Amino acid sequence: MSGTEPKTKKFGSGERTVPHHTEKAPKYYPAEDIAKPKTVRKSIRPTKLRSSLKPGTVLILLAGRFRGKRVILVNNLDQGVLLVTGPFKVNGVPLRRVNARYVIATSTHVDLGVDKKLVEKISEKDYFTKDKAEKKKGEEAFFKQGEKPEKKQMASGRADDQKSIDKSIIASIKKTPFLASYLSSSFSLKKGDRPHQMTF
Amino acid sequence: MPDAGHRLYVKGRHISHQRAKRNTNPGTSLLQLEGVGSTEAAKFYLGKKVAFVYRASKEIRGSKIRVIWGKVTRTHGNSGVVRAQFRHNLPPKSFGASVRVMLYPSNV
Repeated sequence: MSGTEPKTKKFGSGERTVPHHTEKAPKYYPAEDIAKPKTVRKSIRPTKLRSSLKPGTVLILLAGRFRGKRVILVNNLDQGVLLVTGPFKVNGVPLRRVNARYVIATSTHVDLGVDKKLVEKISEKDYFTKDKAEKKKGEEAFFKQGEKPEKKQMASGRADDQKSIDKSIIASIKKTPFLASYLSSSFSLKKGDRPHQMTF
Repeated sequence: MPDAGHRLYVKGRHISHQRAKRNTNPGTSLLQLEGVGSTEAAKFYLGKKVAFVYRASKEIRGSKIRVIWGKVTRTHGNSGVVRAQFRHNLPPKSFGASVRVMLYPSNV
């Protein structure tokens, strides 16, 4: 028998059930109500990108190391982040994440025809983040300062992914005349250029 | 290919602070952008980041070039002038100086 079942007790000619002492109503109750935590009514909505940002679009990067370069949009990651590629062989821009606000979408499109599984793998959250090296502690780290720091190593496989993504893109770029040289040229404003009148 | 430039910003001129006849309001600066002559044209630049780049005599972090960042807030009048607010107010000394209006955040 488990402990919390009510007991029946006989007294005189009658009987009554007595609940187990843990089941009884408490003698005291708190004078103040227990505070309920506020329920959050906000929800994280997925970012809505401009309609011009479709995979395959040629973009112009506006800021950062590769500013002015024309690149190809490979995929939309979440929170307004885009996955782009040069292709690396054409203009030196590797597979890279960029902010959608720092990009101009042009009317030029390229057929991607890339392996969807590979794109998915690259679009994963930790693909671009570096593995943390175990830090050497104390004395060892101190003496290491004088030595040459080791060359930064790319995660193995990144270069292969780059090549296989670019391969099919380059194949479709070659079908359009002048597209490769267009992608390798960079965008800049010259005297008399009016961005507000341009159609990109 | 002709010698490629690398300018990715529109040139603007800091013309004044926002002002009345006798009072100035240095919290808001008025900018005249190159080639922008109407409110409609100026609307393209709303929200864009502006950089006032200047040289100072003392190096900070290895550079004598300093920047005051700001952004275009709204249009001003009917001739394509825009209002901008900077993190630190632009000094009156900069009236007539050129500022860089970046193309980001982009809406295109």
